[in-house]
Amino acid sequence: MKVLVIGGGMGGTIFANNLARRMRKELKAGKSSITMLSASDQHMYQPGLLYVAVGKMQPSEMYRDQTSLLEPSIRFEVDPVTTFDLDNNYVIAKSGARYDYDMIVIATGSRAHAESIPGLNEHALQFYTEPDAVAMYKQLEKFEGGKVVVAVGVPHKCPMAPLEITFMLVDYFKQRGIWEKVDLHYTYPIGRVHSLEPVAKWAAPEFERLGIQYETFFNMKEVTQNTIISEEGSEQAFDLLVTIPAHKGMQVIEDNGLGVSGFIATDRQRLNMEGRDNVFVLGDTTNIPISKAGSTAHYEAEVLAENIAALAESGIAPRNYDGKVFCFIETGEGKASYAMFDYQNPPDPKAPTAGVHWFKTAYNKMYWASARGLL
Amino acid sequence: MSDRKIVDAKNTFCPGPLMELIASMKQAEVGDELEVLSTDEGSANDIPEWIKKVGHQVLDSFDENGVWHVIVRKEK
Ligand SMILES: Cc1cc2nc3c(=O)[nH]c(=O)nc-3n(C[C@H](O)[C@H](O)[C@H](O)COP(=O)(O)OP(=O)(O)OC[C@H]3O[C@@H](n4cnc5c(N)ncnc54)[C@H](O)[C@@H]3O)c2cc1C
Repeated sequence: MKVLVIGGGMGGTIFANNLARRMRKELKAGKSSITMLSASDQHMYQPGLLYVAVGKMQPSEMYRDQTSLLEPSIRFEVDPVTTFDLDNNYVIAKSGARYDYDMIVIATGSRAHAESIPGLNEHALQFYTEPDAVAMYKQLEKFEGGKVVVAVGVPHKCPMAPLEITFMLVDYFKQRGIWEKVDLHYTYPIGRVHSLEPVAKWAAPEFERLGIQYETFFNMKEVTQNTIISEEGSEQAFDLLVTIPAHKGMQVIEDNGLGVSGFIATDRQRLNMEGRDNVFVLGDTTNIPISKAGSTAHYEAEVLAENIAALAESGIAPRNYDGKVFCFIETGEGKASYAMFDYQNPPDPKAPTAGVHWFKTAYNKMYWASARGLL
Repeated sequence: MSDRKIVDAKNTFCPGPLMELIASMKQAEVGDELEVLSTDEGSANDIPEWIKKVGHQVLDSFDENGVWHVIVRKEK
């Protein structure tokens, strides 16, 4: 069986390594193959961007060579896909090469798309790419006080990032000794300060304790040099605007007509592209209405690897993805919490502790073992 | 009516029904109808409140076997 994995990020890597271990014998005997095509020879630990944006991590700490993370039996090519021919089971990549498959797994991720809001790219600080996170830190270093607005688009990857960047900014300004001169204004698209109700219930009083203003039902419409206007008719002046723009999937997904806004319609449990038996989708690329997070990609990847190995062996896929998501929440002041939930069980986050913060700090390093499939 | 878009946010907690609707609204055309399915009772209040603030319209809202259906139309 020929398995083709498109994308070497969290989902693609964890899936390919897990499958390679399950199919060791078949791969060794040349009866099966796993090929991964990606857009980069580097693997970025994206949660590191939050820390880079406030000067707590150097950009180089976020990267490893992709080949160093993969089982040697996986063929890896830096050759981004340009054309998907799902009816005839092949893709064409940038080099012009054609790659055939029996099963394909698409995990090309998602990206912030600031262009959808006029003025956002020009006037806001962002931290969802390395250049943006570095540029944000440089601007923060020059800042001596004034009004900082945080604004969030929908959908976006990492549901905790709006809260985390806000709490990390408070810590940053305190450490610089300028917190007294900062007026921090947090906005959020729905009627509470976070999508998870228990998290929102905890965060709102926390904002009040720290002196952070907050405004709900705030969806970005337009940005000028020093003002942001919402769909709901609110207007906020700012000296610094920190934003997480609404996301799209990759352009190649849209260009090939695989999904609106670059997100592919995917079965919630079986993870196949709707209407196709040999096309599977992982991580941010799905349109499943759950958090776009590394942990989602990780849990989905494990289920899918088990299913595809079983399909190859016996023709039956035994597992369903249960919607499991786990997210750390960095809450500032050296503490953190976490939220865990699935399709049936709502989250029940606990009060932040220093222990969870240290565990998250350790996980920032342990991630590489997790990508290799060792954790 | 046949192409009313279903936003199926049943049994999901994050980002949740209203966030899913906001994302789907961006992809919709003026005049399109969207039907949100949700098992979160809060959506029955949350969604109409947002729809009103932004100037769209709620056409209907009802509970059917524990699933909330909120039908809205994009007005601008
Ligand atoms: C600031 C920030 C903080 C975050 N914090 C957390 C956190 O604390 N916890 C958490 O769980 N998640 C977090 N996330 C989210 C997490 O990083 C993503 O949800 C996760 O990486 C998604 O995995 P993926 O495999 O779907 O996509 P990605 O990891 O983005 O991988 C996509 C891959 O596809 C490749 N690719 C792109 N185009 C093509 C093409 N045309 N052909 C072939 N390959 C292609 C790319 O090179 C890349 O290798 C954070 C993200 C950001 C930006």
